[in-house]
Amino acid sequence: MQNFDVIVVGGGHAGTEAALASARMGRKTLLLTHNIETLGQMSCNPAIGGIGKGHLVREIDALGGAMALAADEAGIQFRTLNASKGYAVRATRAQADRMLYRQAIRSRVESQPNLWLFQQAVDDLILEGDRVAGVVTQLGIRISGKAVVLTAGTFLSGLIHVGLKNYQAGRAGDPPSISLAARLRELALPVGRLKTGTPPRIHGASIDYSELAMQPGDDPVPVFSFVGSADLHPRQVPCWITHTNEKTHEIIRGGLDRSPMFTGVIEGVGPRYCPSIEDKVTRFAERTSHQIFLEPEGLNTHEVYPNGISTSLPYDVQVELIHSMKGLENAHVTRPGYAIEYDYFDPTGLKSSLETKAIANLYFAGQINGTTGYEEAAAQGILAGINAALRSEDKEAWSPKRNQAYIGVMVDDLVTKGVTEPYRMFTSRAEFRLTLREDNADLRLTETGRELGAVDDARWRAFCEKREAIERESSRLKSTWVNPKLASQEHIEKVLGKSIEREYSLYELLRRPDVNYEALVALGERAEVAPEVASQVEIQAKYGGYIERQELEIARRMEYEALRLPMDVDYAQVKGLSAETWQILNRHKPETIGQASRLSGITPAAVSLLLVHQKRGFSAA
Amino acid sequence: MPSGDTIAAIATPPGKGGVGVVRISGPGVRQMMPGLLARPIDPRQATLCRFHDEKGRVIDFGLALFFEGPRSFTGEDVLELQGHGGQVVLGMVLSRCLELGASIAEPGEFTRRAFLNDKIDLAQAESVADLIDAATQGAARSAIRSLSGEFSRRVHELVDGLIELRMLVEATLDFPEEEIDFLEATDAYKKLEGILDRLESVLESARQGSLLRSGIHVVFAGQPNVGKSSLLNRLSGEEVAIVTDIPGTTRDAIRQFLEVEGFPIHVVDTAGLRQSEDPVERIGMARTREAIEKSDLILYIADSAKGIDEEDRKILESLPDLPVQIVLNKADLSNSAFGLLETGEVSISAKTGEGVDALKKRLLDLLSLHEPGENQFIARQRHVSALREAKEAIECAGTSAGVEIFAEDLRRAQVSLSRITGEFSPDDLLGEIFSRFCIGK
Repeated sequence: MQNFDVIVVGGGHAGTEAALASARMGRKTLLLTHNIETLGQMSCNPAIGGIGKGHLVREIDALGGAMALAADEAGIQFRTLNASKGYAVRATRAQADRMLYRQAIRSRVESQPNLWLFQQAVDDLILEGDRVAGVVTQLGIRISGKAVVLTAGTFLSGLIHVGLKNYQAGRAGDPPSISLAARLRELALPVGRLKTGTPPRIHGASIDYSELAMQPGDDPVPVFSFVGSADLHPRQVPCWITHTNEKTHEIIRGGLDRSPMFTGVIEGVGPRYCPSIEDKVTRFAERTSHQIFLEPEGLNTHEVYPNGISTSLPYDVQVELIHSMKGLENAHVTRPGYAIEYDYFDPTGLKSSLETKAIANLYFAGQINGTTGYEEAAAQGILAGINAALRSEDKEAWSPKRNQAYIGVMVDDLVTKGVTEPYRMFTSRAEFRLTLREDNADLRLTETGRELGAVDDARWRAFCEKREAIERESSRLKSTWVNPKLASQEHIEKVLGKSIEREYSLYELLRRPDVNYEALVALGERAEVAPEVASQVEIQAKYGGYIERQELEIARRMEYEALRLPMDVDYAQVKGLSAETWQILNRHKPETIGQASRLSGITPAAVSLLLVHQKRGFSAA
Repeated sequence: MPSGDTIAAIATPPGKGGVGVVRISGPGVRQMMPGLLARPIDPRQATLCRFHDEKGRVIDFGLALFFEGPRSFTGEDVLELQGHGGQVVLGMVLSRCLELGASIAEPGEFTRRAFLNDKIDLAQAESVADLIDAATQGAARSAIRSLSGEFSRRVHELVDGLIELRMLVEATLDFPEEEIDFLEATDAYKKLEGILDRLESVLESARQGSLLRSGIHVVFAGQPNVGKSSLLNRLSGEEVAIVTDIPGTTRDAIRQFLEVEGFPIHVVDTAGLRQSEDPVERIGMARTREAIEKSDLILYIADSAKGIDEEDRKILESLPDLPVQIVLNKADLSNSAFGLLETGEVSISAKTGEGVDALKKRLLDLLSLHEPGENQFIARQRHVSALREAKEAIECAGTSAGVEIFAEDLRRAQVSLSRITGEFSPDDLLGEIFSRFCIGK
């Protein structure tokens, strides 16, 4: 039997990041996928990033992951969203060429030392007591692994709906993993069912663009990776915008009697933020029009993704509704839209390392945990991969805290709150949003990534240089003084908007909201500073006050995060806890008092009691 | 509450007592002392001293004791102020501590800190859990009692306004590709002003206490001539009637205050309830009804010799659904036994005083006033601090540069208000956004 340190099941965004991370950390890693051709496949919309999601991509990148660089190599339209609304909510989004993206991921997987790739579906897990010890493939091949990362995504008992017709399937034409799903159900892990959908695809040559609004990418072109550059980008193309209209809505309403959603055929819960077009038209009946983005799927294909009309209406209704829109009168549908229902495992059954509480050494990442989105999947993948690798060496698990990374926010939300709909990242989920910016993801995570062994030498060197440059420039500004008696008042007023009465350091002046770095440094001596360094210095100065306040709040919280709770406590036996409280605690088995405090239904008094019992070691309990 | 905070609380049990103690513990104690004490004091030496407010006016006069950590009850720096034991004065001392940056201690928190800092041994620690548990339940009941319907309604209105605004702001930030500019479309800054106005008015009222009930309201009811007045006189006669007029409690229907075992009890008189055509009197009756509905208990007084008759039942039915304690008065004339009867009534003689102690005990039991932990005054202080913090955050929002800073200030305000109204999670907020706007591609 072959032996590996880490076995990763699934070659989607979670699986590939998991396998790459584990291999970067020097662990002998096997990536099992049922189809090598679809490694890194973007099964839904052809885009990476967006608000909250772009933040995740930058964090994955800061930990040495592949997603940002792959997006740089495959991105055909780049935009910075929220550019005017502040540094923390600013986010990068790239329209990606599906084929180029797959290539970028596959070439990284194939060239990664310590990583073996094998095409086999996995039918079963090898268990030794309550720990996983390997997997069995569809051919009955048994492979042993110290840790297993499962990223089976939409394949788990997938059921596709188009109109009232439905059939078992995995993502976009792939077979579903029925036997693995059945096996996992036997393991008595808590299972739920969710739903998601996708729009019909259109042949671009049949679209009349002459009447449509064009949406070009930003200039200068944004770059995703901290070690990327615009030179990596392929040719850039625009997206286009059309709208639904009264007629479209009438067609949709006419088809509702054959909608699996409105006739109760679909049981799974769909996302509130990504409603199907039939949902939008029904719930917001007063709206006479909805915006539809026509996104190119790639440079070498004519297929277009009409973002905004996800639907499971019957095929004939889909065609008719598309034809009712401007520019799409003669559009040819290349693939029908559909809704898919799938199993997920209640993520409250996971530790914050993404290891299952029920089965040791088994990690879950991606859609299997009830999330949606490539970025959310990849972020969990890299975390699960890192932790599986750590476990295979008997090292302590690592998970970023809520104040360190969106990855931390997501994992904490998942393990403490569970999901009621497919979980998607939004910046409003992060209470420390001002700290968790795209621009400082490297400053937040790269050092830890390096310590974990997931960051390579080249990235580490580049990071260290940048960090030193930031410190150098900050201290230069702090020690450069502007004296109102020595400098030209006219010049000062031009930069600051008003005169100054006393001497200020450049750094102090930079804290003012309407003073920008470029103009300011002209007051002192110029220094050669890279733009990303300059902007980091400026952001740190401007947000200093707010971030200090958040840090105070963080420091207060960290006290509880460090207090670990044993996993084998029966809270029913813990003195003073109410029935409601101990039931919640027994169900969740929180890892720390901090985690316990965030469970719904846990009061400050219960936290006090846990503090007391935790110190006593629950001995007399 | 994490150990980095400085906490304060009234340490003596609520109710009557010659001395009241306010205890403060935490790293901020030393800094707070000059703002609180009229003169510097030495550690571990009881010092007679004036406690003063921000303008240097005297709040109370008593002993101040400073214990340096770790040689203190909690293991942290601790200041104990022993003053006069009235709830109002103690409350003012506590308020002053909060102004100086302390937070109100969670129930049982001093003991918890003592335990966590190894000041209590394992044997004693057994009881810590029980103490926290009991104190919490008492506090929860106090919190509910302290929230009058009016206060609760106004705070919820305020929170709704804040949620509405946050929904717009967060939608602008998280969904920039939607077709509407949520913020501009709805004039966010104008909304903010409205919220601040409302917040200031609620805070002012809460400070004055007019919206928060303090004390217990008991309805005295019964047919004429059963001895309601003599019972009132008996109850108040040997006690010192409360001299301080607690603001906001003055309602037309409340004619008298009693103090039973040190607890202020407001008597709601039903005398005003009778048929009348006079419009002025009818307004008074409406107020009386309202006062009755908000009361904690009905004390129904009947004649011991007659027992509860048809007329009594009629009156009882006409009263709102509140706990009722039946008192059989004039038991001395009917030669009945005194005290709590097996059937649940309390038999007394207002004239001789027999059975009155049993009645008092019964009152305290029924109103859960024997519980350890905090009283409603503390619950009220919590609300005031929460409102004050929210106001500070909203004021920041008014001057913030940029949408995301604006959003952060609003979030802080909401976190503060959540301490009154319960948690409002980011997911709840997203739910508001999705139900209001058609979001999603």
